[in-house]
Amino acid sequence: MTAEETNLTELGHDEHGAVAVDEHGHGHGAVEVAGDPFTDPGLEPHAPRVTDIDEKAAKKAERQVALLFLLSAACTIAFMVAYTEIPKTAIVDFFPIGAVSASNFALGTLLGVALFSLGAGAIYWARTLMTDVEFPQERHPLASDPQTRAEAIAEFQQGVEDSGIKRRPLIRRTLLLSLTVLPLPALWILRDLGPLPENTLRHTAWKAGERIINDNTVSLDGTTGQGVKPEDVTIGSLVSARPQAALSAGEDFNDLIAKSAVLLVRMDPADIKSQQERDWGYQGIVAFSKICTHVGCPVALYEQQTHHMLCPCHQSTFDLSEDGKVIFGPAARSLPQLPITVDADGYLVAQRDFDAPVGPSFWERG
Amino acid sequence: MTATTPDTAAPTTLGGKAAEYLDERLGIAGAAKKQLRKIFPDHWSFMLGEIALYSFIVLLLSGIFLTLFFNPSMNEVTYNGSYTPLDGIKMSEAYASTVNISFDVRGGLLMRQIHHWAALVFVMAITVHMLRIFFTGAFRKPRELNWLIGFLLFVMALLEGFAGYSLPDDLLSGTGLRIAEGVILSIPIVGTYVSFFLFGGEFPGHDLVPRLFSIHILLVPGLILALITVHLILVFYQKHTQWAGPGRNNENVVGLPLLPVYTAKAGGFFFVVFGVISLLSGLVSINPIWTYGPYVPTQITAGSQPDWYIGFLEGSLRMMPNLEWNFWGHTLSLNVLIPSLVVPGILFTGLAVYPFLEAWITGDKREHHILDRPRNMPTRTAIGVAGCTFYAVLWIVGGNDLIATHFHLSLESITWAGRFTVFLGPAFAFWITRRICFGLQRSDRDKVLHGREAGIIIRSPEGEFSEVHSPLSDGDRYKLTQHDVHRPLSIAQAADPNGVPAPNLRKAKLRAKITEWYFGTRIEKPTAEEYHDAITGGHH
Repeated sequence: MTAEETNLTELGHDEHGAVAVDEHGHGHGAVEVAGDPFTDPGLEPHAPRVTDIDEKAAKKAERQVALLFLLSAACTIAFMVAYTEIPKTAIVDFFPIGAVSASNFALGTLLGVALFSLGAGAIYWARTLMTDVEFPQERHPLASDPQTRAEAIAEFQQGVEDSGIKRRPLIRRTLLLSLTVLPLPALWILRDLGPLPENTLRHTAWKAGERIINDNTVSLDGTTGQGVKPEDVTIGSLVSARPQAALSAGEDFNDLIAKSAVLLVRMDPADIKSQQERDWGYQGIVAFSKICTHVGCPVALYEQQTHHMLCPCHQSTFDLSEDGKVIFGPAARSLPQLPITVDADGYLVAQRDFDAPVGPSFWERG
Repeated sequence: MTATTPDTAAPTTLGGKAAEYLDERLGIAGAAKKQLRKIFPDHWSFMLGEIALYSFIVLLLSGIFLTLFFNPSMNEVTYNGSYTPLDGIKMSEAYASTVNISFDVRGGLLMRQIHHWAALVFVMAITVHMLRIFFTGAFRKPRELNWLIGFLLFVMALLEGFAGYSLPDDLLSGTGLRIAEGVILSIPIVGTYVSFFLFGGEFPGHDLVPRLFSIHILLVPGLILALITVHLILVFYQKHTQWAGPGRNNENVVGLPLLPVYTAKAGGFFFVVFGVISLLSGLVSINPIWTYGPYVPTQITAGSQPDWYIGFLEGSLRMMPNLEWNFWGHTLSLNVLIPSLVVPGILFTGLAVYPFLEAWITGDKREHHILDRPRNMPTRTAIGVAGCTFYAVLWIVGGNDLIATHFHLSLESITWAGRFTVFLGPAFAFWITRRICFGLQRSDRDKVLHGREAGIIIRSPEGEFSEVHSPLSDGDRYKLTQHDVHRPLSIAQAADPNGVPAPNLRKAKLRAKITEWYFGTRIEKPTAEEYHDAITGGHH
């Protein structure tokens, strides 16, 4: 405690004659409070506004309110005109907003002014011309008086007595039982919301010989794309890729790619710090899962010099030259590496599926 | 009319006839007599809750319009609408219909932007309103239950906002859902199952958008509407709190009548809120989903940000160190579980139970209708500011990438700074807030005893300079001294209120200790004697 605080405490413990205890009718064991040293002088007298005493000012306020209401009506009508007259593709460009949809600009501004001036008019009316003489209304304690309470309790007890629930434990217990189990089906019938996880999170679409398709070569409809040859991947480059199966996935494309997306990078094999990573790559080309092991965002920011891969969502940073291990951020596990090789046609393919589940951790992962 | 009712004339006006019609069927005259001129106290801070209510009405109105055109389906379509950059691209119907609303439905973009802006204002207004209630002690008896209802509304608003944000199936919202999936997967034991049931299988699946749609337009808004109704009925029934002042006490409420003043002010304010949201929506673009593109799990934009009210979770996730336990074939992802579920869980639980905690500490059983000035409850105020600081640090770290790029700082050092500040910041905020509260209380005390500084410097014949102090009015003096100054409990008081041996001494000791922490340091109110001494120059 600082010297000043001690001082304050002492001040607090000073015995002042006027300090009252429990004058507000606390319950026992409640913290004490000090009473009020000065009496309430009562409501301050009303100070009239200009509009209360000057009829000219009041008239002026009346006109201002009416003007606001008129403005509102005019803007409402203008809104409807703008709706029909302004073509939906028209663009307006003006400082400082820039190029915006003319229709949206006009509709929003007109509706805004119509609403605002109506509201402002009403508030201005209340503040200048309606009464501003404050007056008190009594509050009543919320609790019922003891007699009412006693009567209510008596009525309740009579009701309970009439039901016989206290005297008939068999009825009481079976009722409780049925009421306890009754809500369970509400949970039970949610079972068909989805399939059981089983081990789907452990597998992706990659398998031995699955060709790696360069995302940039995929057609707009997603059904054709080209494989990657080792000579296409230069040192320092980054290729976002998908398994060939993605080309025929149709409506399930997003489900497939959400687990199977990979990134190819090529580095000088001498830069790769791990023998396993070198073995799982091909001439310095390595493939890593694109799905962050934190909460599943696609990792996308690659720094060529350091071989660091950063996830833009929560900035987990992985070192792609050392088994994709985490070097910063909230992710706890390395980015899984996909073992790759080349097939007979010289295209990069997977040796097999990932050894570890890709994406965020889950309870059964282990 | 027969001669038996000589005094009551039959209504002649249309309104009078309508009132008679209704009263004969509903008996509303009694309620109308009592409520039409009901008094409401006036203060700017009382309109924060109104903003929340009005933006909710705006959300309902604009939301109904949007449901007429939005198609909550994950079925794949090829876009060929009037926004040419997306021509020929495959996307879900949800995304395509949102783009259509923005470009091919007249007024559609305005309604979308009104809906989104209103949602941001809604959560913001609830948050600030809740802070107002907290810092002024308006949650005290008899309003603890309404605090809980308000708390539930706050949680519902966050859920509703996130569900709505996720519906268009654009790149940003899909990324948000991917993160949500990662968070759900981190829940021990049931996480994987919850995820598979929610998404209807593996992420992203085809079921989530239609499911979120039901939740967003029916389930949660229905609950919000019901809770708002109860919330307002209670405000009406328990009557509004008021600030201290002359003529204002715990047994009355001073203000202006519902009809006409508050009808005009509150009604007018609804249009003002709606008007401001419309102007914003006409002038400031929000969530331009057509620039993000449809959701594809492999795409991402750097520097993407969620809506403001999710930012604290984002920061929490970003700053958490990478702890993960693997044991007996299971994984416990503390790096996800703690920041996204445990931290907000503790924060929100603390918020919900605070009124009950404080009531237990003070043992106060009185009704409170006069608001506390935050300075007069320094420990409560300091707890509140510490909580806000904690939230603010999380929120700021949620934008660590933007801070790094804008201010050319290292991302790592911002994150590390956040990891320390999230603990040190609230502690410092607690300490400094209490000091400021005590300082303000002392200045109030001086003002009561010696008056207000008049700004007039006089020089005495001896050459001494001094400032003239003008005394306060009776009203101001009362206003500054009517608050409670709480005293800590001794162990005996805490344990043995009725002279009966305490059943639980340890609990009593704890309570005595907490009251010492809460009220041990305090500024006493000036007494009438001190005031008398001050104005007579200290001579008896």
